[in-house]
Amino acid sequence: MSAPSSTARVGVITFPGTLDDVDASRAITLAGGEAVSLWHADADLRGVDAIVVPGGFSYGDYLRAGAIARFAPVMESVVKAAEGGMPVLGICNGFQVLCEVGLLPGALTRNEALHFVCRDQWLKVENTETAWSSRYEAGAEILIPVKNAEGRFQASEKVLDELEGEGRVVFRYSGSNPNGSQREIAGISSPNGRVVGLMPHPEHATEALTGPSDDGLGIFYSALDAIVSA
Amino acid sequence: MARVVVDVMPKAEILDPQGQAIAGALGRLGVAGVSDVRQGKRFELEVDDSVDDAELEKIAESLLANTVIEDWKVTRLS
Repeated sequence: MSAPSSTARVGVITFPGTLDDVDASRAITLAGGEAVSLWHADADLRGVDAIVVPGGFSYGDYLRAGAIARFAPVMESVVKAAEGGMPVLGICNGFQVLCEVGLLPGALTRNEALHFVCRDQWLKVENTETAWSSRYEAGAEILIPVKNAEGRFQASEKVLDELEGEGRVVFRYSGSNPNGSQREIAGISSPNGRVVGLMPHPEHATEALTGPSDDGLGIFYSALDAIVSA
Repeated sequence: MARVVVDVMPKAEILDPQGQAIAGALGRLGVAGVSDVRQGKRFELEVDDSVDDAELEKIAESLLANTVIEDWKVTRLS
């Protein structure tokens, strides 16, 4: 139990090959939360209230991006926590891990044009009811960096229709589609809106000095709201 | 001991841009008549005799392939 005045604790997982754990921790701190480091080989979630699975190249992307990371001891705890309603966010490689472990449907495959794409990308926020998007206005357009080689979201037509029908497409590429993702999908959520995955990097858009905008902060503010109101 | 081959291929409905790039390169090489290329993976496993077919299918389905996007086939070589 945490006292009302205590700061929300958000865990950030580090796998071998993770790159963006430091930026994710920094974003959480900027949003007013306490970032807590979680280690891939340790199943202990250290009493956190929410979890970020950050970007990078866990286990060198061997086999498939996210395919080895899903078997890390910490992931078993993440799956259990998510099933209990804990907010979980997967960014880029973290999104790939959440798909591989089955918390989110679909898969991320090689970009349509085969290039590694790194650029600032406009996204449209299509669902503002999830634990990670409540701070945005419906239909808001946000500018955050995207950087990946395997970012093309693919799922069966049936799954895509379900995602659309249930409002689980949270972020959609706006302007141009950087990787050929089906239906321009940039990010999706679990049925209860607590687990969200997206390919672009909100943790790189938290202040004018280092990013194209501070539009990414809303994702972390949203989670802190969800924790406080839980 | 037995040698087992697991072939993993992108499902027919999944776009395979790497295969398309290879098909395009064949044209530039001057090869005619190849209308399509699909790129997959081949795994070779050395397994004890105690590993039965059900176990091999589990390995293919839960790790070697992502069944959202890939099909797999297990073949025992002997």
